[in-house]
Amino acid sequence: MTTLWQEPWPWYVAGPLIGLMVPLLLLIGGKSFGISSNLRHLCAATVPSGIPLFQYDWKRDGGWNLLFAAGVLLGGFIAASVLLPDGYTVAISAATQRDLRALGIGDLSGLVPQELMGWQALASARGWLTLGAGGFLVGFGSRWAGGCTSGHAISGLAAFQLPSLIAVIGFFVGGLLMTHVIMPLVF
Amino acid sequence: MTRRQSLPRPIAPPLDPAPRPGDGPTLLAQVAYVAVGVLLGIVFVKSEVLSWYRIQEMFRFQSAHMYLVIASALAVAALGMQLLRRLDVRSWDGKAIAIPQKDMTPRGARYWLGGTLFGLGWGLLGACPGPIFALLGAGVTSMTVALLSALAGTWLYGAMQSRLPH
Repeated sequence: MTTLWQEPWPWYVAGPLIGLMVPLLLLIGGKSFGISSNLRHLCAATVPSGIPLFQYDWKRDGGWNLLFAAGVLLGGFIAASVLLPDGYTVAISAATQRDLRALGIGDLSGLVPQELMGWQALASARGWLTLGAGGFLVGFGSRWAGGCTSGHAISGLAAFQLPSLIAVIGFFVGGLLMTHVIMPLVF
Repeated sequence: MTRRQSLPRPIAPPLDPAPRPGDGPTLLAQVAYVAVGVLLGIVFVKSEVLSWYRIQEMFRFQSAHMYLVIASALAVAALGMQLLRRLDVRSWDGKAIAIPQKDMTPRGARYWLGGTLFGLGWGLLGACPGPIFALLGAGVTSMTVALLSALAGTWLYGAMQSRLPH
């Protein structure tokens, strides 16, 4: 049975809470809301390999950011274990369900499709495309662009930064191209 | 002497204005970073923005959910920053708060090229870096493959940085 706290949150609760991250992090220690820098910090901590991008004091510059990411991970754990009912399904629109079935995805349950993102998906090309190529492009692209959705689309746009506007337009051009042109060809 | 110590020292610009040595975050600030992250992780799950399905729905323009989340987040973030600035609020460590700046490059190549590459990945994976961490916590353990791939992408960018247009 779904109880009140297991219901999904509407946009007008979620959006403002995400936006609140920006002034909160500035207030705590003058930090800019961003997540993808953690990928750089993790590279610097493990395989810096003499590459200039990874030669810095990652503990001093990135320590706060890694703590923040650890919090996000913990929050995901808490929400999924306490605040979601068993057998949770995301209530996407009928049109999206139809499109995804046409794309060959039959099981639309869970937070993510098991056919693309479960461990068993790694036996298929689609699974490697989604998790492997998708992850790789997210990592390469966010560092090249100097930020991801949090750093550019929320933090950067809210501070009226032109570079962030260009990056966010790029995010959508890439996403639309993938969804409407490439995925129908390769899935 | 270990190999690491013999490497050439920083050429890369710091991510944030470099704090002076010895003035790292206090324990209270460290706890606050984790707590704020926990809140964000919970929001990512409860609003379903970490869901591959929601990202597909967004790129297919079949629901306003994601757009309304992003738009209202932006509004609150912009308002919050203006308030901090106008009221001349200082951060907990007593420093003046600087509004984050992104440096424009001559033709903005890094922003539109890097941004488009990121978008291609976002469309495929249905998760940006924040949701990768939240999904890992939510028990989608196969996201370790996405995280390792993202680290490989970040590393390769670092290795190629001087040869790419910015």
